[in-house]
Amino acid sequence: MGGPAVSQFLPSLIGGMLIGLSAVLFLVLNGRVAGISGIVWRLAQGNGVLVNAAFVLGLVLGPVVYRLIAGAWPAMTVTWSWPVLIAAGLLVGVGTRMGSGCTSGHGVIGIAALSFRSIVATLVFLSAGVVAVTLLRWTGS
Amino acid sequence: MSASLARALAALCCGLIFGLGLSMSGMLDPARVRGFLDIAGAWDPSLAFVMGGAVAVTFCGLVVVRRMRRPLLGEHFGLEADRPIDARLLGGSALFGIGWGLAGFCPGPAIAALSTGLLPVLAFVAAMVTGMVLHDRFVRPR
Repeated sequence: MGGPAVSQFLPSLIGGMLIGLSAVLFLVLNGRVAGISGIVWRLAQGNGVLVNAAFVLGLVLGPVVYRLIAGAWPAMTVTWSWPVLIAAGLLVGVGTRMGSGCTSGHGVIGIAALSFRSIVATLVFLSAGVVAVTLLRWTGS
Repeated sequence: MSASLARALAALCCGLIFGLGLSMSGMLDPARVRGFLDIAGAWDPSLAFVMGGAVAVTFCGLVVVRRMRRPLLGEHFGLEADRPIDARLLGGSALFGIGWGLAGFCPGPAIAALSTGLLPVLAFVAAMVTGMVLHDRFVRPR
């Protein structure tokens, strides 16, 4: 049976549930969708600065609190070239604006709301991500 | 306490819970994200558990939200009107997905990872914001 095999995914499951909790609370309390790309964009435009800046600040503090609890930063391995990094950032910026959402807006909240639009968007960006990674693998990166 | 201050504090708490969840889930690690998207290679299903947990909790929470006439701290729900599935949705999602696959970062983890002070994260976020600005400058703004 999958005792040890399943429990290794417990942190991911619990982390995901916390993300869901955050999204629900933001709706219940503020009446807003916790779509990160939208929040970042509004902040960059100077709209609703108090709430959007506070959310972003909390987001940044998250790993800090994690570090205090767990005693170490969350693991991160950074293995890309600068051109790929910049290109990826531009693509994510353009893409999330054009598609009006990202993994939190479409992938979590949109799917939970059974929005067909979000389900389609999520399937598209998941597929595109798979293609990108597979291409990177084939080019030896 | 004024209403706007209360909303800001609420937003801070929500962001904190979100960032903590991201940290716990391992999704701050581009390698883990790549591992999930690398279906041709050694597949890491962790992201499925992250999204599964998030969607499940949000689904239940929405049952409560749908019964509310207004949010606890606000005047009305700021939910966007439904837009059609058009080329912008499909094209934008594709572009976003490619960028996500290339770097292993989407907006949430990238912002949260700013706390590490790593230069590549700063560069990614700067490029991301630039991309957002470029889109709205050259494409018809919403």
